[in-house]
Amino acid sequence: MSKFKNKEKRSVPQPPSGSLSDIVFMLLFFFMVTTTMRETESKVQVRLPEASEIAKLERKDLTSYINIGTPIRSLQGQYGNDSRIQLNDSFKTVDEIRDFIAAERDAMSEADRSFMTVAIKADENTRMGIVTDVKQELRKCSALKIMYTARKGE
Amino acid sequence: MGKKTPEINSSSTADMAFLLLCFFMMTTTMDQDKGLQRRLPPMPDPNQKAEDQKVNRRNIIVVKINSADRLFAGTEPMDVSLLKDKIKEFLSNPANDPNLPEREEKEIEGFGPCMVSKGVISLQNDRGTSYQAYIAVQNELVKAVNELRDEFAIANFGQVYIKCDEDQQKIVREAVPQNISEAEPKDVSKK
Repeated sequence: MSKFKNKEKRSVPQPPSGSLSDIVFMLLFFFMVTTTMRETESKVQVRLPEASEIAKLERKDLTSYINIGTPIRSLQGQYGNDSRIQLNDSFKTVDEIRDFIAAERDAMSEADRSFMTVAIKADENTRMGIVTDVKQELRKCSALKIMYTARKGE
Repeated sequence: MGKKTPEINSSSTADMAFLLLCFFMMTTTMDQDKGLQRRLPPMPDPNQKAEDQKVNRRNIIVVKINSADRLFAGTEPMDVSLLKDKIKEFLSNPANDPNLPEREEKEIEGFGPCMVSKGVISLQNDRGTSYQAYIAVQNELVKAVNELRDEFAIANFGQVYIKCDEDQQKIVREAVPQNISEAEPKDVSKK
């Protein structure tokens, strides 16, 4: 009996919580440094196709994104469910890619312009017709470095 | 002696930091974009006469994907899983088959003469081809070239391509070029 009584009396020592805030701050800084805010809201549904031989994108700041896919459900009433092109924040036609590329190019420094990459983020069920149109348009404005965004598969 | 400065209660800093931490954890996007990199051919000059680039027939393999996502390599229909070996055979031409691309001796800086294949893969697709099928084929083509590069690198430098240093990688890239031409779009189905 005395054994048990003894145990109940002893209180569990509180772990020191003084360094807790330091630990949390460290994590906080990590996330603050690595975070990149989403600049554009995706208006198209994109499920990337699978590929195994993929390479990482080297310079994220020199990349422009072209999203292709069907509009998200809440916008389907307005835009239908055909594949659409999204540049920045709105739906655009193929002809407007030229202006988009020109604007993106202007925003870059002279030295970086030749390294500009256009990442095509297209849904896996997109027909190639629209992708081909985009590619032709990119060729016309000589944005030749492209990347087909894909996710790691297999 | 003045008054003792009262210590600031610091027990809540952890809570505040947690709150901020949660915010940044929610908004952060760690996903790195990955994909297949390509160079598009420059637009042909409209003033210039459409000059047919004469490429010897044996040096070119036409990979077609029709609107039903069926694959044709050369003339015969083929499954995607077999494409890689076909392309590897096409590019390496181990038996010096006269129907497969010729190989040309080329002087590579820092390495010496080397037999480089003149093979070109021409990829054609229909407007109705699905993107998924297109990427799958692109992927197989890249895989074939990557494997040839690895073989070359292991034979000459004793390690796979990705582990070689910059200069070696450049040599390998020159010895095993990635000649994938994305031809002018045309309707494959109408033929």
